[in-house]
Amino acid sequence: MTARIEVQRDARRGDPVEVRIVIQHPMETGFRYDSLGRQTPRNVIHRFECRYGGVEVFRASMGAGIAANPYLRFFVRAEQSGDIECRWVDQENASGYASARVTVNG
Amino acid sequence: MPDGRRPWTLTARGARRRALAALVALFALPRRALAQPIMNPAPGVDARTINTPQGALQSILKGAAMRRGRVRLELPSAAENGHSVPMLVRVDSPMSETDYVRRIDLVSEKNPVPLMASFFLGSHMGRAEVESRVRLNGTQRVTALAQLSDGSFWFDAADIVVNESACLDGG
Repeated sequence: MTARIEVQRDARRGDPVEVRIVIQHPMETGFRYDSLGRQTPRNVIHRFECRYGGVEVFRASMGAGIAANPYLRFFVRAEQSGDIECRWVDQENASGYASARVTVNG
Repeated sequence: MPDGRRPWTLTARGARRRALAALVALFALPRRALAQPIMNPAPGVDARTINTPQGALQSILKGAAMRRGRVRLELPSAAENGHSVPMLVRVDSPMSETDYVRRIDLVSEKNPVPLMASFFLGSHMGRAEVESRVRLNGTQRVTALAQLSDGSFWFDAADIVVNESACLDGG
């Protein structure tokens, strides 16, 4: 699963750092039928989590109500320089990982 | 009878057939309903009740009251289609160690699975704001429910006109 993560590179301690991530995934609803009339099984990224400096800061539990190629934008408070790591898993147990480094000044 | 048919027999057979069909339908319907895949079985929640917007909200509230305010849900007032609608939710919270947003849930009035997403936040986030893109199955009201660290629930609702819904046409 291809993903693109964008995080503000430098931040001042205490400031919220913006994290933006897009994951390439169909977020299959389970309500679609193929040309032979077979139901396409539901397969969505149902769990997404973000860690900063090893600590879980944000988690999302998603359903078919989240659009294909899920996009998330959220904030993390800059505390110390470190990696912002995102991990996710879909219903076929395919998982993905993306990370970005943030440097904290002051 | 001139053409050899006996209308009364046919009528009686027709009625019997209709009664039989009704009987079969009576038993077939609940079976078909049961055969539907269970959508989004959240832990500890009955899948049959979570499939209604009220059920989804109640599964989170667990009897607690929710008040309007502190939450701001931003959706466009109209969308050409429901495949990918920008959604922003923001909660008025200092996001400090003692006063922060615990979770935000998005509930759709018309989607087959009403609970669209649950976001679990915490004091490490610095700002209680989440943006994403949602699928919407038609014109409806979307509710964003937030639970703060003191346990209180706050919500906002936004109405959106969706010209072409997702879900039904291969979206």
